[in-house]
Amino acid sequence: MSGLESLYQQIIVDHAKHPHGVGLQAGEETSHQLNPTCGDEITLALRWSADGTRIESVAWEGAGCSISQASASLLSTLADEDAASGAAWTSEQLQALIDEFREALRSRGAMPLDEERFGDAAALSGVSKFVARVKCAMLAWVAAEDLLQRRGSS
Amino acid sequence: MTAAPLTDAEIAAIRAQFPILDREVNGHPLVYLDSAATAQKPRRVLDAERTFYEHENAAVHRGAHTLAAEATELYEDARRTIAAFLAVDENEIVFTGNATEGINLVATAIGIASTRRGAGADFPTYALAPGDEILTTELEHHANLIPWQELAARTGATLRHIPVDDDGMLDLDAVPSLISDRTRVVAVTAVSNVTGFVTPLARIVPLARAVGALVVLDACQAAPHLALHPRALDVDVAVFSGHKLYGPTGIGVLYGRAAVLDALPPHLFGGSAITTVTLEKAHFLPAPQRFEPGTPRIAEAIGLAEAVRFVTEIGLDRIAATEHVLAERLHAALAGLPGIRVLGGSAGAAGQRVALASVVVDGVHAHDAGQVLEDQGIAVRVGHHCAQPLHRRLGATASVRLSAGVHTTAEELDRAVAAVAGIRSFFGLDTGRGAS
Repeated sequence: MSGLESLYQQIIVDHAKHPHGVGLQAGEETSHQLNPTCGDEITLALRWSADGTRIESVAWEGAGCSISQASASLLSTLADEDAASGAAWTSEQLQALIDEFREALRSRGAMPLDEERFGDAAALSGVSKFVARVKCAMLAWVAAEDLLQRRGSS
Repeated sequence: MTAAPLTDAEIAAIRAQFPILDREVNGHPLVYLDSAATAQKPRRVLDAERTFYEHENAAVHRGAHTLAAEATELYEDARRTIAAFLAVDENEIVFTGNATEGINLVATAIGIASTRRGAGADFPTYALAPGDEILTTELEHHANLIPWQELAARTGATLRHIPVDDDGMLDLDAVPSLISDRTRVVAVTAVSNVTGFVTPLARIVPLARAVGALVVLDACQAAPHLALHPRALDVDVAVFSGHKLYGPTGIGVLYGRAAVLDALPPHLFGGSAITTVTLEKAHFLPAPQRFEPGTPRIAEAIGLAEAVRFVTEIGLDRIAATEHVLAERLHAALAGLPGIRVLGGSAGAAGQRVALASVVVDGVHAHDAGQVLEDQGIAVRVGHHCAQPLHRRLGATASVRLSAGVHTTAEELDRAVAAVAGIRSFFGLDTGRGAS
């Protein structure tokens, strides 16, 4: 696999073309993240269980490069999969995933994402060798983190 | 155009002076097509800075020892070299950090004059007030837009813009209705950093001149490509960055007509810019020292002077003639590619455009498109190139910009065009999935 193909894996290209989890509701709390150098943007919402302890799904809207859009789609897919298997995330669990994701993406290829924990989103491991693109992949995850921090401080 | 384009042998000799062109990127010889962002440096520029630090380094305009005298002489010689390059007087050249700082100097100085307090009280000529107008264009780099937005906000003046048409050209028919007795400043770029179009200044400057407006020229993208003579263009102020002209980073040039510089208050305050200082008040030196407080960028100015000698020895007329050929080749090749849109279109390249093209690939974000070029060792700029309003006007959020330098060969442009042609198929848009 060439460097370029390790970045644009089929899973990523597919998610960019047919993104999952797109669609926000009027009035729901969102975080808007913008990458000012290229104009990529993601607006994201965490949908909580009725008791407010678990994240049942992640919804978003956005525009930008395939890495930024696929990453949001893969985050949303992972949330659905974990919720469907009875393991919907708590705040702490999502924060731990975000921390692990960030560490892997900043590792310059040294630390691949764990497929057990990240599912198809582990395909984003290839981004970590492309330092200029890490910010693209982080955009949705930073939006999720922003919402967690706001929730934690309120 | 009378000058002959550079021969292949001449370009090869020029290339040999750029150490960075020897390197490979991703297993390919580097093709550097990002000169509009920053130019690479010939060895002689690097040597000029190093030699200064090794032999004459000292603070200028103070001290009496041998090194101080030699450093001052070299620094002022650099100013004379820049002045000769622009065909102006040396006291009309102010060294700045870059073009952005040059534009901010003028806008900030006008802002200070407008307060009519402190230094501003002594310099009322260019003071602005509500009702006055600043005119810029819809295609400016943010550096020639935001300082004027801020100046308008601080003074109550109104900011207006010459609109751009669907082809990325200034709507010159709109200019007469936008310039009136209220117009006090007209700020335009000499060359668009997105389309590469050369601004038809002759259709704008005389109108500004007729109403007594201060004319500020952003010459950043023009300086490396075209002979630029502010007096012939009849502009009051012109700025450019050294690093785009094969010089060091951290040095820029502001030309100001002597009468204009003498009528503007200083924008930064400190030592070296003053005559008499009491505890209550300072008296300022004439330009250019008035605008260069603190220890200036000495080695950088000396490096820039060497860069100016480098382009002068090649000849800007020959550089322009070479680029003319490259621009036509680039635009003709891009025009034939399916799914590729060139901002500003591909027509009318001849004589009105520097060798630069910003492309939008249908169905592929600029960041993804640029990655395909990067994979082949081709360095380009992706994004909005600090010109968001123009991108918005042309219906794009971002583009991939290819920009040539004095070392660029036709073969390099052909390689880049071939890479651009392959972008859509890599993402499975023309021929199904190409990257399996």
